[in-house]
Amino acid sequence: MIYNVTDTIVALATAPGTSAIAVVRLSGMQAFQIAEQIFKSRNNRSKDFSKFKSHTVHYGTLQANGRVIDEVLVSIFKNPYSYTGQDIVEISCHGSPYIVQQIINTCIKFGARLALAGEFTWRAFMAGKLDLAQAEAVADVIAADSKSNHQIALQQLRGGFSSDIKKLRESLIHFASLIELELDFAEEDVTFASRQQLTQLVSNMHQTIDALAQSFEIGNVMKHGIPVVIAGMPNVGKSTLLNALLNEERAIVSEIAGTTRDTIEEQINIEGLNFRFTDTAGIRQTVDAIEALGVERTYQKLKLSAVVIYMFDPKHVTPVEVLKTLDELKSKLPDVKVILPVLNKTDTIPESELVPFNQIAEISFISAKQKWQIEKLIQLLLNKVQHVKVSLDSTIVVNVRHKEALDNTSQALQKVLHGIETQISGDFLASDIREALYHLGLITGEIATNDLLENIFSRFCIGK
Amino acid sequence: MLKNYDVIVVGAGHAGCEAAAAAANMGSSVLLITMNMQVIAQMSCNPAMGGIAKGQIVREIDALGGYSGIVTDKSTVQFRMLNRSKGPAMWSPRSQNDRMLFALTWREMLEQTPNVDFWQDMVNSIAVKNGKITGVTTSMGLHFNCKALVLTNGTFLNGVIHIGQKQFVGGRTGERAATGITESLLKLGFESGRMKTGTPPRLDGRSLNYSKMEKQEGDETPSQFSFLSNTSPIKEKLRNQLNCWITYTNDKVHDLLKTGFDDSPMFAGRIQGLGPRYCPSIEDKINRFADKERHQLFVEPEGWNTIEIYLNGFSTSLPEEVQYKALQAIPGLENAKMFRPGYAIEYDYFPPTQLHTSLETKLIEGLFFAGQINGTTGYEEAACQGLMAGINAHLKTRDRSPLILKRSEAYIGVLIDDLVTKGTDEPYRMFTSRAEFRTLLRQDNADSRLTPLAHELGLASDERLVAVNQKEVIINKIIQFFKETSISPDQINSLLVSRGTDEIKQKTKLISLLLRPQISFCDLCVSFAPLSNYLTNINALENVCEQSEIIMKYEGYILKEQEMVNKMNKLESVRLYENFDYNKISSLSTEARQKLLKIKPTTLGQASRISGVSPSDISILMVYLGR
Repeated sequence: MIYNVTDTIVALATAPGTSAIAVVRLSGMQAFQIAEQIFKSRNNRSKDFSKFKSHTVHYGTLQANGRVIDEVLVSIFKNPYSYTGQDIVEISCHGSPYIVQQIINTCIKFGARLALAGEFTWRAFMAGKLDLAQAEAVADVIAADSKSNHQIALQQLRGGFSSDIKKLRESLIHFASLIELELDFAEEDVTFASRQQLTQLVSNMHQTIDALAQSFEIGNVMKHGIPVVIAGMPNVGKSTLLNALLNEERAIVSEIAGTTRDTIEEQINIEGLNFRFTDTAGIRQTVDAIEALGVERTYQKLKLSAVVIYMFDPKHVTPVEVLKTLDELKSKLPDVKVILPVLNKTDTIPESELVPFNQIAEISFISAKQKWQIEKLIQLLLNKVQHVKVSLDSTIVVNVRHKEALDNTSQALQKVLHGIETQISGDFLASDIREALYHLGLITGEIATNDLLENIFSRFCIGK
Repeated sequence: MLKNYDVIVVGAGHAGCEAAAAAANMGSSVLLITMNMQVIAQMSCNPAMGGIAKGQIVREIDALGGYSGIVTDKSTVQFRMLNRSKGPAMWSPRSQNDRMLFALTWREMLEQTPNVDFWQDMVNSIAVKNGKITGVTTSMGLHFNCKALVLTNGTFLNGVIHIGQKQFVGGRTGERAATGITESLLKLGFESGRMKTGTPPRLDGRSLNYSKMEKQEGDETPSQFSFLSNTSPIKEKLRNQLNCWITYTNDKVHDLLKTGFDDSPMFAGRIQGLGPRYCPSIEDKINRFADKERHQLFVEPEGWNTIEIYLNGFSTSLPEEVQYKALQAIPGLENAKMFRPGYAIEYDYFPPTQLHTSLETKLIEGLFFAGQINGTTGYEEAACQGLMAGINAHLKTRDRSPLILKRSEAYIGVLIDDLVTKGTDEPYRMFTSRAEFRTLLRQDNADSRLTPLAHELGLASDERLVAVNQKEVIINKIIQFFKETSISPDQINSLLVSRGTDEIKQKTKLISLLLRPQISFCDLCVSFAPLSNYLTNINALENVCEQSEIIMKYEGYILKEQEMVNKMNKLESVRLYENFDYNKISSLSTEARQKLLKIKPTTLGQASRISGVSPSDISILMVYLGR
């Protein structure tokens, strides 16, 4: 059904529910015809949409069965200069679910069909308006649930990622043409690139590709939230802290029950960044088999986290014990970059008893129950993940398919480097480069053709 | 005089000769019409065959049962395997040839081919009935009937020769141009264009001072082009090979040449057609690459018994006086006498997108084009098209489906697919980089790739098939031996050390040693007597050992390419109807629709190679086809 692009589709383009304005979008060969039958222009000019200029907005009323449904603005985009490459009419109406329903029903009555999910983007792709990477990005823009996600997706949509790949592809082709020059024009009087130069070229590309591939990790974090685990002894106040964090922000995105009863996950959006908080079972040395299993799971969770908030109860630990626990944690979790010690229940003991804990670096003093200093803890957390925000300005890979293609490209380039080192013949180097080009092409859909020869002829004097 | 033929071939250059021989050998009655019987199979430009990518084509022609390989071997004066230091995909045979002997040998071979008749005349119109070819009419007013016609007119269609300000009508220096055919084709609805090519001056060898030049000798152990045994006289060391020489232009030469730029037909715009970028004229090189201080020139002998010299790299259409003066400034050419000046020639070609992959035209059934008429350059490119056109013309007369070589099967397949799919607006020459699977398309295995196909068609002789099969049996035996036989450390370690690779600690299979880049087949033969004994026993020739080595040593790369072929063949196996109305799929881009309608690709793979058809257009087609 989705593959049929000849009929006219209609759908609500804005979020469902009550709002100030809603936009209903029509796309297809009959879009104008359908709109003509339901729209009455306020200034009573021609009703013939095909005579309207593209990219214009018209004020009027929408009518069905001789009854006015709503006052609307209608935007007109003529093919091929529209999102889908087809004729598009966008009706901006008041955001009442009833009105929206009426408009859509009327459009359907006059020949439109309700669009399937993603169908507008599909049409845009089919019309060549988007390349594969861009089309995938559209899905991400729509699904973006945080500012940073949105930014990545938008960058990809504007072709940022595609243009990065294009640049890489160009340097690969440049490299390949240097190799081909040696092969196809061995008899010519041209200077060939030195192996050192070639190594330099490939190393640079290799680094760029690896950096892109690695950005996937950040991209993944962006998409699914930065994993933060709250850990500590039982009854240290972990759940209370989690609740406090949630209350503070009132921005629960979703509530996912943990895979076991031992962990609970919450997604929270703080200042545009997605966090995924996990509340774990308490950690203590135990002989109880079942409880030991829970502790084991907690460590598994800890290993996967980016940030660990480790909570202590000042009534039950000494500063020395805290330091010891933190050292142990650091050695057990070498991959976790940030461990934040938190002293909870500071409301239950006199301030003087808290002083010795000041020797512990970056320790936070809070009371989850009283919601003391929670804001400060959040600021600390945000500071600690600044690197994620910083890298938002550069290209980030969020798509598994892209990550895979980049990894394969990287592998092929690795082979090229190894080949140069072991002095294998240029035709085999070329074969590995073609493989790299092939994988890059899988991202944007471009295939290397005669670009190599074009490059050679434009730069070297060839010809006996 | 006979008036009815299965196949008529017009033009007797490299393409025409191969076409005539192929169709005749397959059983068609063939008439070869040429304007001048004295110049059959002329090497109009340099006296050489093969070279990088081109040598592979000649090997393929030979494997298919064409004559170019044999003719080249019989008339060779120097043989070199180019790119020996590179991987086996790059090894390219090249031969300098005796120009006159080359033409004579071709003529003799054609004369000995049953079913080939000759007629000296100019064809000036072609006859068509109901969209099918029926025959040709000549300038003498004769009419010949045929079921299939192959046009191989080279540079003769409305040819115009330029030397400085002078221009005259001609197909080659001293020969008439052909008129009438272009006009006849245009009337039928064909589209034509102009191309340009050029050739350097010919010199008197007695006037050259070779002591000022670098010598370029032939291989010590020359090989040959044909897969048949002993076709080359120099191979048997009956004669010493001739040398080529290298010299260079300099500032003075460039300055002298520049004095003629005002009179250059190219710079003045009198030549409209596009010339080959990889074979530019000397004035073009000086003009475009002004910072290059000197350009390499090859001084090539024209044959065993002639003093004529070909100055490769000095193609020019500047006034003959300017050519002459500039020559005198070249080291070794201070006293050079010129036999004839270089010149440029403009001629009609027919954009090859008007062809099916069989080389039959889309417009007229039974009409085939081959060679420069399709916008190519080079003897080898012409010859292989002639061969394919000859084969397919014959098959056409028998209502059999055409022989189409895939890109993964032969350079010939790459060439024709490029031509009919992408077209060309400058003379098209083959390069190895045009072939995405060149590790598979090697010169050493052309027989394995193509001879069985050609034998099935009745073109390659039994002798050829038997030779291929025998070769493969021996290769398999050798590979088996390498996989099964072990060598002990004391037998080989001294060699390993001398080559800078690790010693072995225990008995090791031969094949794992061969996989080391530092160790060659030959090394193992020398160090390990059981191997050399075995090779003698099974009567393994040098070229067979070489191929075995390639197969074993580069197995990884060969397999990888084979995998890519399989991937590509997925698209290649999706058939498209040639007469499908792409306008029906409105979601295709306008450009894609126009291109698809024009090229009429037969497979999705071919469609994907059309410029202007984007990957998303291909996705759309796949969706449409229900894939």
